[in-house]
Amino acid sequence: MSPLHIQQGSSKHSAYDLRDPNSEVLERHTLAVIVANEPGVLARVIGLFSGRGYNIESLTVAETDHKGHRSRITIVTVGTPQVIEQIKAQLGRIVPVHEVHDLTVEGASVERELALLKVEGKGDARIEALRLAEIFRANVVDSTLESFVFEMTGAPSKIDAFADLMRPLGLCEIARTGVAALARGGAA
Amino acid sequence: MSQQTNAAQMTGAKMVVQALKDQGVEVVFGYPGGAVLPIYDELFQQNEIRHILVRHEQGATHMAEGYARSTGKPGVVLVTSGPGATNAVTGLTDALMDSIPLVVISGQVPTFLIGTDGFQEADTVGITRPCTKNNWLVKDPDNLAETIHQAFHVATTGRPGPVLVDIPKDVQFADGTYTPPQKAKVDHYQPRVKGDIAAITALVELIEQAERPVFYTGGGVINSGPAACQLLCELADSTGFPVTSTLMGLGAYPASGKNWLGMLGMHGLYEANMAMHDCDLMINVGARFDDRITGRVNAFSPHSTKAHIDIDPSSVNKVIRVDLPIIGDVGHVLEDLLRIWKSRGRKTNKEGLAKWRSQIEEWKAVNCLAYKGSDSIIKPQYAMQRLEALTKGRDRYITTEVGQHQMWAAQFLHFDAPNRWMTSGGLGTMGYGLPASIGVQVAHPDALVINVAGEASWLMNMQEMGTAVQFRAPVKQFILNNERLGMVRQWQQLLHGERYSHSWSESLPDFVKLAEAFGCKGIKVDHPDQLDDAIMEMINYDGPVIFDCLVEKHENCLPMIPSGNAHNDMLLPSDDVRAITGAGAALV
Repeated sequence: MSPLHIQQGSSKHSAYDLRDPNSEVLERHTLAVIVANEPGVLARVIGLFSGRGYNIESLTVAETDHKGHRSRITIVTVGTPQVIEQIKAQLGRIVPVHEVHDLTVEGASVERELALLKVEGKGDARIEALRLAEIFRANVVDSTLESFVFEMTGAPSKIDAFADLMRPLGLCEIARTGVAALARGGAA
Repeated sequence: MSQQTNAAQMTGAKMVVQALKDQGVEVVFGYPGGAVLPIYDELFQQNEIRHILVRHEQGATHMAEGYARSTGKPGVVLVTSGPGATNAVTGLTDALMDSIPLVVISGQVPTFLIGTDGFQEADTVGITRPCTKNNWLVKDPDNLAETIHQAFHVATTGRPGPVLVDIPKDVQFADGTYTPPQKAKVDHYQPRVKGDIAAITALVELIEQAERPVFYTGGGVINSGPAACQLLCELADSTGFPVTSTLMGLGAYPASGKNWLGMLGMHGLYEANMAMHDCDLMINVGARFDDRITGRVNAFSPHSTKAHIDIDPSSVNKVIRVDLPIIGDVGHVLEDLLRIWKSRGRKTNKEGLAKWRSQIEEWKAVNCLAYKGSDSIIKPQYAMQRLEALTKGRDRYITTEVGQHQMWAAQFLHFDAPNRWMTSGGLGTMGYGLPASIGVQVAHPDALVINVAGEASWLMNMQEMGTAVQFRAPVKQFILNNERLGMVRQWQQLLHGERYSHSWSESLPDFVKLAEAFGCKGIKVDHPDQLDDAIMEMINYDGPVIFDCLVEKHENCLPMIPSGNAHNDMLLPSDDVRAITGAGAALV
């Protein structure tokens, strides 16, 4: 087990050994929070962030284990090392929270986000949009004579890059799911 | 169908009462209303659980807090939907801040009316989510009993706290299967109680070497139970390390103990705060580095190694970075700590400790609680000293409201046992003390229960005198009446150019007549010569008493660490009290 795995009631706070605890530098962390799938859990998690003034950059949630009534909440948050540790400890003591994983420090992980982008255009712009979509491996999931809806999956930075390119070509609407993330390698 | 399954079938309302009985509940503090009538109907038809009818739901929550703190058992509250539940919010928040186990059961409009803005409907689980440890809305009668058992488990396990179970009226009427506590699904919520042995051993090594150690103890010791308090005493007395405590932890180490330093913090004792500032080893046992304790964070105990024993991992490194965190229950950790320290030969740094003790004696000689006495006016400190002298040695419980009187009570009253001191520490809820005193008295009918109050706080929940009279709870309301919001006035004097904005009351009631109106006894005293006799009259009266003690109006509560100052920068009684300016003035 990674030394940074925060277990409920564990005294292992070894994250401090690796990073400057007093650093004022903001860090971006991706947290995976495994919760009991019961009413109000998401509100409790979000309420913790708003009530204590923490940031949420992205949040996704869905049931991942129907039989075991478990949902997985993936949160991307930004804060100083001390704030990140507080967030993990505060999440860990919410009664219906089963596990808290900090994917950013627990070893390598993969992060993916899905986005749908609507691009309107005619003539060259439309052809260019389609050509760029191929380069970015985006799929066309809807088309009219004057528009496309592209579907693409990737790291958030890839989606940002694609959206930037599409903007002058007629990007008019974008929907993003937020980050889903898993640790690399075999079972934790 | 077998007889057994028949017996387990019952209405939701009956299940509530059955579950409370199975949890060993003896008393419920509550107030009926439309959405809890089925439960009240069941209460009516039994005699095992006593119901105390309050006058306001906030009173019910504070009574349950007083009951819980003085017994170590969870306090139970029963309120109706809508305003019944919203009135309970202050008490829930108070219990959350001070880690008091409460189980609040609220009625809700029937499930088919939820979301329609029905009469007396409120989103109770939504409103109480940030002020409970956990809460539940029960929509299926088959889940009701199990949820209530879980609620008791969560309220009393780990760091204790308040929980709420919201039960729609149709669920109270519907039939379902009762689940007894033994069969209730064991919740995954099982916080770790044993501390890490390597960390505890590291603390033993620090204890063996420390030259200037101090135990900084908090409410967690009391929450851990009388055995934990006993272990703390044994550890402090066998190492000879001095002990200071937060407001919440008073009584865990006896005030008559030889290593007692007194309370620390904003209005703590000079010797306690100086010891915290100058120590080389600080052992935090079940306290949370509250801002009333630390003063200016970057000047807090600059030269010490800090160890922190706490059952809640989120308390560690929240405010003050510590060198040695030990996550676990105080009782379990202290037991291991003592065992390891003894097995290694009970070593301490005797030479260093002797010097440290003589330094502490020098600080004690400052006599930081000194005040100017008077022959004609009762000084609030004098009133506390007389109350202490005349009630010492009795089976005594003290509750307080919030303000100057609370700090004077903490400074001048001495507690030799845990669970004898009930006060609103974290939230600072004016109006806490009177209902809390009733809750304590209900749990300890023969004890002397005194609420040390200020007249302004006391008025906030004075309707509960009706409860005291109805249920023959002979609580003594010891009101230090300065006709001012004393602590507000003190801050306005020190921080706001002596502009006393709305900090006095012009039309206070005649407390003696008020007592008569409630059907209890009123005593008024305004001269130091009459004080002792009046206190004795209060103690000896068999029934509730409102004691109106007119005191010096402009007394300041000292010592004081103004916000933004370090521990070694206190206002002492000998100082000219001067205005506080600069950054400190912006702090609360």
